[in-house]
Parts: sequence; C-alpha cells; structure tokens
Amino acid sequence: MTATQYVGKPVSRVDGRAKVTGAAKYAGEFNVPRLTYGVIVSSTVAKGRITRIDATAALALEGVIEVLTHENTPRLAWLDRSYQDQIAPNGSPFRPLHDDKVVYSGQPVALVVAENFELARYAASLVRVEYAPEPHQTNFDDAMAEAYEPPTGRAGYTPPPKPRGEADQAFADAKYQVSAQYATPTEHHNPMENYATTVAYGEEGKLTVYDKTQGAQNVQAYLASVFSMSSDDVRVISPFVGGGFGSGLRPVYNVFLAVLAARQLKRSVRVSLTRQQMFTFSHRSETRQEVRLGAARDGQLEAIIHEAFADTSTFEDFAEGIVNWSGLLHQCDNVRLEYRIAPMDVYTPADMRAPGATQGTFALECAVDELAHRLGMDPLEFRLKNYAERDQNLDKPFSSKELRECYRQGAERFGWSQRNLEPRSMRRGNRLIGWGMSTGAWEAMQDKAGAKATLHVDGRLIVGSATADIGTGTYTIMTQIAAETLGIPLERVEFQLGDSTLPFSPVEGGSWTAASVGTAVKEVCEALREKLFKLAGKIHDSPLGDATLEDVVFENGEVRLHRDSARGIALTEILRRSDMATLDEEVTAKPKMLEQSGYSRHSHQVTFVEVEVEEDIGMVRVTRVVDAVAGGRILNPKTARSQILGGVVWGISMALHEETLSDHAFGRFMNHNLAEYHIPVNKDIPEIDVIFVHEDDTIVNPLGAKGLGEIGLVGTAAAVANAVFHATGKRVRHLPVTLDKLL
Amino acid sequence: MNSFTFARATEPAAAVRELAAHDGAQLVAGGTNLLDLMKENVARPPRLVDINRLPLAQIEERPDGGLRLGALATNADTAYHPAVQARYPLLARTILAGASPQLRNMATNGGNLLQRTRCYYFYDVGTPCNKREPGSGCPAIAGLNRMHAILGTSEQCIATYPGDMAVALAALEAVVQVQGPDGERSIPLGEFHRLPGDTPQFDNNLRPDELITAIDLPRRGFAKHHSYVKVRDRSSYAFALVSVAAGLEMEGGKITTARLALGGVAHKPWRDPEAEALLVGQAAGADAFRAAADHLLRDARGYRFNAFKIELARRAVVRALREASTA
Ligand SMILES: Cc1cc2nc3c(=O)[nH]c(=O)nc-3n(C[C@H](O)[C@H](O)[C@H](O)COP(=O)(O)OP(=O)(O)OC[C@H]3O[C@@H](n4cnc5c(N)ncnc54)[C@H](O)[C@@H]3O)c2cc1C
Ligand code: SF4
Repeated sequence: MTATQYVGKPVSRVDGRAKVTGAAKYAGEFNVPRLTYGVIVSSTVAKGRITRIDATAALALEGVIEVLTHENTPRLAWLDRSYQDQIAPNGSPFRPLHDDKVVYSGQPVALVVAENFELARYAASLVRVEYAPEPHQTNFDDAMAEAYEPPTGRAGYTPPPKPRGEADQAFADAKYQVSAQYATPTEHHNPMENYATTVAYGEEGKLTVYDKTQGAQNVQAYLASVFSMSSDDVRVISPFVGGGFGSGLRPVYNVFLAVLAARQLKRSVRVSLTRQQMFTFSHRSETRQEVRLGAARDGQLEAIIHEAFADTSTFEDFAEGIVNWSGLLHQCDNVRLEYRIAPMDVYTPADMRAPGATQGTFALECAVDELAHRLGMDPLEFRLKNYAERDQNLDKPFSSKELRECYRQGAERFGWSQRNLEPRSMRRGNRLIGWGMSTGAWEAMQDKAGAKATLHVDGRLIVGSATADIGTGTYTIMTQIAAETLGIPLERVEFQLGDSTLPFSPVEGGSWTAASVGTAVKEVCEALREKLFKLAGKIHDSPLGDATLEDVVFENGEVRLHRDSARGIALTEILRRSDMATLDEEVTAKPKMLEQSGYSRHSHQVTFVEVEVEEDIGMVRVTRVVDAVAGGRILNPKTARSQILGGVVWGISMALHEETLSDHAFGRFMNHNLAEYHIPVNKDIPEIDVIFVHEDDTIVNPLGAKGLGEIGLVGTAAAVANAVFHATGKRVRHLPVTLDKLL
Repeated sequence: MNSFTFARATEPAAAVRELAAHDGAQLVAGGTNLLDLMKENVARPPRLVDINRLPLAQIEERPDGGLRLGALATNADTAYHPAVQARYPLLARTILAGASPQLRNMATNGGNLLQRTRCYYFYDVGTPCNKREPGSGCPAIAGLNRMHAILGTSEQCIATYPGDMAVALAALEAVVQVQGPDGERSIPLGEFHRLPGDTPQFDNNLRPDELITAIDLPRRGFAKHHSYVKVRDRSSYAFALVSVAAGLEMEGGKITTARLALGGVAHKPWRDPEAEALLVGQAAGADAFRAAADHLLRDARGYRFNAFKIELARRAVVRALREASTA
C-alpha cells in the first residue's frame, strides 16, 4: 500500500460530537405528532395457555386507547416463511400475540396503547392475565437428554467438520490425557439502549418505522412480509444504535407490536422495552462441553475430541459454531467434533458477540492449559509446538496468519518468560498472582453489499449503504474509505446508513461490515473516480490532456497529473464545467468467490492475563491484559483498538461475572436487571494493552481488513480462567468464576 | 408504575401528618430505592410525600461528644464530612463501600436504613413472595438463594437486609431518632431492623407514620482500630455477599473492647455480644479471631446456593479483626 491520507489513520469518530451532545437520535426519541404509547404485558408462566385476559380496568382509564391481545389481533401472514428474516434459524419464528399459547416466560401477551407513556404503563399493570400452566423445561442439565443435531440450513452456520484420523483411538493411546467437562451459562446481550420502535403513521397508511436494529432492511422485509404490505409502504430508519452485540440482528418483537398497533389504530405508536424485557427475546446459548485431549511426551497433540451441547427454543433450531474452532486452532491429525442442541421453554438464543466461538474456545483453551500443566510444559511453548500452518478443517492454506507473531509480541510485552510454571507460586502479600493465556480465531467474512455515492457541485460527497453502526465505528471508517478513494477532505464526506431505502447491505454482525460494506464504498468511489476522469477528459482545454486514469491522482478535492502536479482540476470544477449539479454512482460489491475459496480466511488473537486472587475470601481481580491481534489491515487504529478493548472487557465479564439465573420452578430468568446481572465496573478493568500485528492480506477482500468486532472476546475468558488456576491451583470449569467456587 | 398524588412537606410535623392522614403514603428522599421499586410495581404508593425540603440535612456535634447525622444528609456528604472522617472512619469507609458515587450523591442516611432487600423474587411481581405479598410463599428457600441469609431466617423469608451503612452503625451502636404523631422516640440501631419471623413484610420497627429525623453516633468511634471488609462479586457497585464491620479498643496488644457486625447474612445487621465478649482480654491473633468467628456463626444455616457464606463469613470476620487490630 502506498501512503494514505485517511485510511489507517486514528480518525476520531465522525459521529462522536452528535453522540455526546445528544444530537444523535435513537429509535425511541423520534418525535412524531399525535404519538401514542404502547406498553407490553409479559407472561409470568413459561408454558401453557392463556385462559383469560381481563383488560377492563385498563380500558376504563381515560386516555387508554386499546389493549391488543391474541383475541383481537387481525389475521396476518400465515406461513412460517413469511416470518423468517434474513438470518432466521430453521423452524417457526415466534409470532407475538398470535394465539393463546405461551412458549416462554416473559413472552409478550398484551400491548396497552394510551395517549401517554405513564398512562400506558399504569394501565399495563392493571391487565389481569390468567393461565393454564403446563410443565416446562428450563433446566439445561435435564433438557440435554433431548438433544439432536441441528439441521444445516441456517445462513452463516457451518456444521462441525467430519472427523479426521482416529481421534478416540489416538486419545486412548496418548501418554498424556485430559478429559474434562466445561459449562457456560446463559447470558444476555444487554446493550445500554433498550429496544424501541417509533412508527410514524403516514398518508394512506404508509409507515416510517424508526427502529433499533442491526439491519434496517432485514426489519423492513420482515414487516412487509408479515403485514403483507407493499415494500414501498414501509421504510425502516435506524441511524444510531446504542449497542447491539447480536441482539438486534433479527427483528425484535417491539417492532412487530408497534407496527401492529399503528395499523390497527391508524395512529403513530412508540413501543419500548423495559430492562426486564431486555431479557425476553434472545440470549447466548447455555452450553455443556466435554473436551478430551491427548498428547505425546514431547507435547505433540495427538487427539482432540470436543462434544458440545447448547440450548435452543422449542420452536427454532438455533445453531452456531461452537466446536469447529477446536479443529482449527492447533495442529492435530486426530479430531472428532460434535455439536447438539436441546430445546427448552425459552426464547430462541441469538448470536451474541463471537457467537459459539467464545463458548467453545473457553472449553478448548482451558483444556489445552490443563494438558500443558499435566505435561509440565509452558502453555505458550505447547501452543507453538502445535502451531497449525494450515486449516485442517478445510484442508486449505490460510490467506494470512500472523498468529506466531502475536504469540511473540504479546509474550514479550507481557513478560511471559518470567512466569513460574507452578500454580500458587507467585504472590503479593495476601494475594495470589496468576498468569494465563489463550488463543482465539474468528472468520474473516465478506458478503455482498451495495453502496451509492453522490458528488455535489459544492464539493460534498454523500455515500450511503443500508448497513448499521452499532457503536463499532462504521460511520467513521466508511467516511475514511470514501475520502481516501476520491481524495476528498474528510469533512466534506458524509456517510449515510440505517435506512432501508439505501443500497443493499447485510445485517451488521459477524465482523463482516468493514470488509463487505467497506469494499462496496471503495468500489463505488472508484467508479465515481472513473466517471469524473472521463468527464474531465471531455472538458475543453482539459488540463489533464490525454492522460489515462493511471497517470492521475485524486487529492484534496482535485484530480492532478502524477508527474506534473501543477496540472489538475478541482472535482467541483469538473461538475460545473459539465453543467452538472451532481454526479452519482451505485455499485454492488461481491466477494471474489473463486479466489477466496482456495483459502481459509481468519483473524487470530492471543490474550495474556494477570489476575490477583485474595487468598482468604476468593475475590478475583484482573490486573493486566495484553491482547495481540492479527486482524488484517487496520483501517482506523483508534476505532480498532476500541473494538478490541470492548471484546476483552466482555471476555473478563464472561469469565468472572455474567450469568443469567433461571428459577426452574417458574422457568423464569430472575436476575433480570443491571443491578443483579453483573458486568464489570471500571474498577474491575485494568489497563489493556492492545497490539495489532502487521498482516498483509490481499485475498480476504480488496481492503485487506478482516474485521475486529468479535476477535477481542474469543479467547479472553479462557485466559482469565487459566490465570485463576495458575494463581490458586483451582480449576473452575463452570463459568462464571465467582469467589464461592474458589473458597 | 401506578398513578399517585404528590405532596411536599417543609417541616417534619407536616410529613408525619401526611403519613397519618393517607393510608399507604410513602416518603421519598433520594428516591434511589423507592422509584426503582415503583417502576417494577413492587411499591405502589397512592401518595408520595417529598421530604427533601425538611431541615434535616445537617451533621452536628452532640453535647455528649457524639455526632448527629441528619436523616436527609446524603451518604456522600456524610462519608466525606471532616468529623466523620476523623472520628468515625469506620462509617466513612463503610458508606464508600456501598453503591456508586452517583447513588451516594442522591441517597440519604434515612433512606439508606430503609432500603429494601435485593431478593430477586421480591423484585419480580411475576413471582410469589411473602415479603411483598404476605401468604403467597417464599420461593427463595428452594430457589435462587445465593444472596440470601444464613442467620435468623424463618420458614417465611430468608431475605437479607442488603445495606452497608447500617452494618457500621450497628458496630458503632448508633441510635435512630424518629418522630411520629405522638412525638419523638429513639431506637437503638440494633433494634431498628428485625428478623422476618412470621411477618416478613416488616423490615424494621419503624411505624408507618413515623419519620426518621437523625442518626446519633455515640462518642466511641473506634477511630484507631477498625475495619470494614466487604466481600462482593465485583470491585464496586455490588451488594455484599458478606460484610464485616469491626471496631476494637486495644491496650498493650490486648483487646479491651470489641464490636463486630455482619452484613449480607441476615435480615438485619448481625451482632453477637457473646462473640464480642470472647475477644475481650485476648491478645490479637488468629486463634482468638477464629474462635470469635466460629461462635458468631454457630447457628448459621446454609441453603442450596449460599452455604459457602458460612465459611466465607468466618474468614471475613478473621480478616476484619486482623485488619482492625493491626491498623
Ligand atoms: C444499583 C444499586 C446498587 C446499590 N448498591 C448498594 C450497596 O452496595 N450498598 C448499600 O448500602 N446500598 C446500595 N444501594 C442502595 C442505596 O444505598 C439506597 O437506595 C439509598 O441509600 C436509599 O436512599 P434514598 O434517600 O434514595 O431513599 P428513598 O428511595 O428515597 O427511600 C427509601 C425508603 O425510605 C423511606 N424514607 C426515606 N427517608 C425517610 C425518612 N427520613 N424517614 C422515614 N422514611 C424514609 C422512603 O419512604 C422509602 O420507603 C444500591 C442501590 C442501587 C440502585
Ligand atoms: S426470601 Fe423473603 S423476600 Fe425473598 S422471596 Fe422469600 S419472602 Fe420474599
């Protein structure tokens, strides 16, 4: 790459000012005249039938407009297919207020609509719902008996690879063995912004839907199909999203209910969820996993067997890649990986930041640590010994893989060589010190995406794609890419997203946005460049003479000759001289499948963690983290670092804090608020040192970027758990590592 | 949340009159607990009486050499008050171990004493709970009870009093001053909160028409030898699994006076004079501490998820005593 002006530079968020001044509007903040407010009543049983809904007291209040229940909702689309969004798993998507069946605790059973929010909330507390409960199952240890292999149809889901070698035999023969069971609990995404929808009811029933989502077009298509509306009659807008983490990949029931009410009442409606209700529509699957590893005396891995069970709902087969990573992370010729899901009376799990990878890697990387310990080998040395030069799952070379360099730079920064192998061998006063590490990988994906660009004669460049910015920095990096490609000052570029009328974009998730939408933005700006260059050539007395596109540079709003920078013309001047107010271009960028398919494309990560454990009372604190990442080209070191920081914090959270607790007598999540559902506070988080290891990759996509949304999280929980073992000599295999497990 | 009427009292007697005149009326001070409960429909007061304008925010010297903490002084102002910092550092440290800076800036001393339990079931109107709805049952006994009590529980309720400040106040033997329709009375902190017994709906012995006006600290502040150990699931902004306030007076390496109060283990800050007496006359040391801890927890009973608290409490007591004695 030649020197760049914007790409690769630590540009501050272009939307930062709007966010800190409150100018950025979120879905629940759009003001619409004559707005009504809907408040949701949630079920208190996990399974059964609704026998009676008495809304008399609610309806008697002046200002209460309607109480919508399954008894009075209109007939909507009939087929499951109509409810299946872009990334729906196999099965029958949940239909709010569809019939008298309750399929999970917290399910919406009524929507109270009133002239103001306070009234709606009060009225909702007066709705009496009676149930005929039926026996439910929310205890995963029992539910596992019903486990089955998930069907493979789900978009984005890759089933475990076929077994290779003779894993069971190799394990049995191995001199050193580890066989252990690990468990990860249910977790909830809990972005700060609660889900909300404001539907503006327009002329002839046209709807403008301000919704919190990671995919405006996904929601738009869902609504059009469920409510049998013409595509032109419903537009979804979602300019800012206060965190998503996967919870907003699929339409959430608030958008359904808001649209239902708006159409029924022919009024504008807002529906927002409470924090409790944030625990009622998606979660990270709960897992139970067994890992068996075998190694020779010299540390060579001879067998990997990884079997995982995860939960799903009774109505959809949610599937994610939990065990696949175990066949990828380390070199091993005898591997058997299995994955099953078991239905419970809960809502369908959803992708949650580094879905599958973080649960599976926790188990594998703890087991690796256990094996290294058994061998009396340094866990870093063990990993280097078993370094995978090829992706053995796919039997393909990596498009790039600088994991070895991550190990080297991370270990050096951390001071890993000073580590004493023995557990409980390091202390500071009352505190035991432990050092742990782990590896992680995530797929570098690119999807088809569109973008359009319009250059205005006043010099502004407007670029747009229907993607989302869930806090990741999409606005910023797309602006950088556009400014770079067309040589237009950053301040003159505006990037638009979160609007279903913009060119196609996949939902924002999977760390594919930078690669997919970024490529589209680059290509549309390149196309615009060509157009501008052609126009310039047609101008009488063009200063570019008979130069070709290769002879010119686009810089500072001008196009100039390489060899004679005095000869150039401003882009605005090209438009003016061509009598054009604007110049547009639109493209759809597709991955170069043929070229890509020959390679395994992944980002990699290594985390080194230090913990301090209070010997008597078991309190754990992470005191140091070094995270070394090989994530392709870094488009913006500032937003990139933030992504890794967020991932690492989440990994610490997963290791030490997060767990949604279910009372199986009620089949209900009980710690459903942020006072009792713990995530780390500032004081729990130390300095986090992020290293980006240089990686050149021309195969993943034209930008060379691999995406950084998930990779910071993948291995972190295992590194923390391994550090706790090193500190205390206690191996906690059931997350989170709370102090009672260490006493 | 229900619809309610609202009044603002500007003198204590008016607040008391409001309480007497309106059944179910609730005072609101910082609102950090009450409003949460109202949003979850756990508290549904028909009338709210704002007491923030009552002249009860002072922290004043008392003639007996103690200190009076106004009921409306905020937790933050109390913890950072020079007299509290100098003479009652145990209290300052304990308050600062609670909640978050934002909450402590709003939370008042009176409201803090009256904060309600964090039992999940109490907070969720979708489940039964004897404390919220007497007679409906106590699902915590067989359910999620990791946060729950190990001492003084009943068949009706095993909830804890969750606060920190009152634990130090118990060790300091503070006295709560209250005003009711018939005048004023004093309630020693140790008798302020109560055990659940058959009436878990009552957290304490304050009558529905009484106002807390102040908390009096006696002269003895254990400024030299004290500690507050709070064991919790994260470094801040979490309720105690177990906490221990310890105050000692020592002479020549021997303990002459000992006060120990435990939080997070019962429906009230837990004190045990016998255990304290065991320490008196002893040289500070692990054996004496452990003996006191064992005695304190001799009747402890664990449930499915909280049995660990028994040993944890012992260790926290030992640690608090060690810290206090070596301070
Ligand atoms: C997320 C979170 C974490 C927290 N963590 C902790 C913690 O770690 N440790 C801790 O100790 N606390 C913690 N708290 C609780 C916090 O300290 C209390 O909410 C606060 O002290 C209550 O004070 P307030 O003035 O806001 O009370 P309010 O909410 O105004 O009132 C609470 C109750 O007291 C009554 N009341 C108030 N003043 C008087 C008075 N003068 N006379 C009679 N009745 C009165 C009210 O009627 C009401 O019933 C936490 C709270 C939250 C929300
Ligand atoms: S422990 Fe007390 S507060 Fe909790 S459910 Fe039982 S009765 Fe209610």
